Amino acid sequence: MRRYATAAALVLALAFPLAAPESYYLSFASRIFVYALAATSLNLALGYGGMISFGHAAFVGTGAYVSSIFLAEGVASAWIGWPAAVAAAALAALVIGAVSLRTRGVYFIMITLAFAQMMYFLVNSMKAYGGDEGLTLPARASAGLGVDLGSDAVFYYVALAALACAVYGLHRLAHSRFGRVIQAIRENEARAEAIGFPVYRLKLACFVIAGAAGGLAGVLLASHGKYVNPNVLHWTQSGTLMVMVILGGVGRLWGGAVGATAYLGLEDLVANHRVEWIASVFPNYQQHASLGVGAVLLAIVLFAPQGIAGAFARGRRA
Amino acid sequence: MLELSNVSKRFGGVVATDGVALDVRRGEVHALIGPNGAGKTTLIAQIAGDLSCDSGAIMFEGADVTRAPQHERVRSGLARSYQITSIFRRFSVLDNLALAVQARSGSSFSFWRPVAAEPALANEARALAAQIGLAGREEAGAATLAHGEQRALEVGLALATRPKLVLLDEPLAGMGPEESQAMIALVERVRSEVAVLLVEHDMDAVFRLADRVSVLVSGRVIATGLPAAIRADAGVRKAYLGESAAA
Amino acid sequence: MSWVLILEQTLNGLQFGLMLFLLAAGLTLVFGIMDMINLAHGSLYMLGAFLAAALVQATGSFVLGVLLAVPATAVLGMLLEMSVLRALYARDHLSQVLATFALILILNEAVRIVWGPDVPLTMPAALSGPVELLPGLFYPAYRLLIIGVGAAVALLLYVLVAHTRVGMLVRAGASNREMALAMGVDVRRLFTLLFGVGTGLCAVAGALLGPLLAVQVGMGENILILAFVVIVIGGIGSIRGALVGAVLVGLVDTIGRAFLPLFFGLFFQPRVASAAGPAIASVLAYVLMVAVLYYRPRGLFPARG
Repeated sequence: MRRYATAAALVLALAFPLAAPESYYLSFASRIFVYALAATSLNLALGYGGMISFGHAAFVGTGAYVSSIFLAEGVASAWIGWPAAVAAAALAALVIGAVSLRTRGVYFIMITLAFAQMMYFLVNSMKAYGGDEGLTLPARASAGLGVDLGSDAVFYYVALAALACAVYGLHRLAHSRFGRVIQAIRENEARAEAIGFPVYRLKLACFVIAGAAGGLAGVLLASHGKYVNPNVLHWTQSGTLMVMVILGGVGRLWGGAVGATAYLGLEDLVANHRVEWIASVFPNYQQHASLGVGAVLLAIVLFAPQGIAGAFARGRRA
Repeated sequence: MLELSNVSKRFGGVVATDGVALDVRRGEVHALIGPNGAGKTTLIAQIAGDLSCDSGAIMFEGADVTRAPQHERVRSGLARSYQITSIFRRFSVLDNLALAVQARSGSSFSFWRPVAAEPALANEARALAAQIGLAGREEAGAATLAHGEQRALEVGLALATRPKLVLLDEPLAGMGPEESQAMIALVERVRSEVAVLLVEHDMDAVFRLADRVSVLVSGRVIATGLPAAIRADAGVRKAYLGESAAA
Repeated sequence: MSWVLILEQTLNGLQFGLMLFLLAAGLTLVFGIMDMINLAHGSLYMLGAFLAAALVQATGSFVLGVLLAVPATAVLGMLLEMSVLRALYARDHLSQVLATFALILILNEAVRIVWGPDVPLTMPAALSGPVELLPGLFYPAYRLLIIGVGAAVALLLYVLVAHTRVGMLVRAGASNREMALAMGVDVRRLFTLLFGVGTGLCAVAGALLGPLLAVQVGMGENILILAFVVIVIGGIGSIRGALVGAVLVGLVDTIGRAFLPLFFGLFFQPRVASAAGPAIASVLAYVLMVAVLYYRPRGLFPARG
């Protein structure tokens, strides 16, 4: 059943630009893919690895800024800028993870948060690259090979490909030796160490992989809007990503993707699609979309604790 | 095989372990007994690496492991089981054991190849399940097991790492008579392959299994010797006055 | 670099720190006793500021407006606790994060709907001038008021926690929740009361800082993180830790921002100093937290044994 649903979704996604070539929908869908990628990367660390990191925006932001800086400095090739950005995000994850993973529980949450905020302030002060106003890019990176990233349709497919690779990669990883251990560590860290696993090293590896994937999402995010600003590193962004993962289903393969789609879809729905009976009571409601989003999120936490993907899981083992 | 010299640990003002000297010989079952609060679990934790010692040395197979991290001690053959069951509750029995097998065989930094492609892990896990008396229960979720079965899995996890010396912390805790017999039989089965340091309150088990017995009182070893000698020792009897012991 | 400037910034740091303490005190108790991560704590601070601004406008008196706003916000906080937050105590931290994050969204928008994105709140005219503390040292009267109120509240809290029965229950709960529950403490009412007090403290901070920092939607998010940093430094569950941590963070942050760029200017080129100085100054509080956690992984005064 799962296989057919996935295949059907993939076919739909591939066909989508042909059916709806308008820029707005393509752009919106691309944005969903990018956030789905970011949320999936967080899901690896958070859902599978059990590491409640409140600083994941730091890696997304690193990817976004490094790739943008390359463009701003005149290096137009995506083949140089993008891998460099992902590598930078992985490095950031290595450093932040190496320090943070020495702590537990709420202290881990706080330290990851602190590091993300540090990066936020650092980037905010980089006047050369826009400071708090952000950096606008003249064009997207060039990929050569006849692929024009400037086209919304092409970008859509690139984002879709990135997401598909990430989800497939997560699927393979979850069933690999590494995936088994990481989930065991999430379940009972002390015992994992006591049967001989080098827990710290394994968690760090998981953290770095998640950071690198987050960096890729950041690259695409900056590229998508041709704009990046320090807010992408703010803790509320980490919070939003976390909300997407929790919404979609923590530790479930499609949790990040489903959560991002639901969150952004909900936001868009409320803001752009007028519902008359609500408007009759409350004329301006669409300007206050986030209240509706917040209410729905709250309802989900209180009444559907397993998230959306969880609700469809029908008793499968997590 | 295992040698402790002058091992000490304190928590704030409380001295939990006070200059303990202890040794375990190859092939022996060495029981560690003592009244409640004597510090037996704390000592086990220090030997295994869950806790660090404040002072003293722990030598295992000739190597100094006093500062070695726990997972390294396990890799060199020193494993423990826990008094309070600590298993992977959301995994099946088979997956629990397969994990331990995975830990000791090859690297876990393998991200692509599915575990299912390694039948050796599952096969060895199945054999282990049979050895610990859980044949037929492999697919059961660990959380659904009865208490005795969980204790068997608890010990099984330690044994799955193919240790040279295993530290069993009250394996019979909370068990009824039938389950206790099964656990004692399990220790009898494995004693030829692995040395055992056994912490127990159940004196029946202790005197059936032990080659030697050490008595821990208030963090100090007050006596070590053959079971019969310990049984007769006046100091030991005094320490146990008031404790219900099947003497 | 004059002594006047140093003293001035030290007082500013103390003032900021004491307000941070008001926020941190409620947060550390909620986290320490109820083990709940409440991201919406900053929103209650915002609510206090908005209510104060509205009541000051309605009554025409700063003092009256603030005095009314505090219990009003506390009541709203208690209503929130009884309706929504109570359901979260038993849940895991992730669910609490999601739920209270949702509350931030809801409260931000609700405030925006009722009052708009920002409202003016000006300090009373009587306090808008400077006071001469020492010959040559002039300090704004309003900031002195803040320091006074902050210190008074700290003293009040100390008396409450250390010398009353309720305070004893709170301390017991902070150091060993299960034991307190087992001893039959009426948990639900205690929690609600506690939450009300915490919200009231937030309201005081919000109302007092309003004239200085601008009352606007989203003002809670920035200060919330600093409050979390404070309680981590101070030790979760400890009011004493919250005070020490808050004053430390307030001083480090304020003095850092004031003097680090100047300090850098002594060693580096102006271009580097003017960029690096503010950047590093803004992260000093976080660096402090990381440093404290390195030597004292549970904070300076951990409440749990």
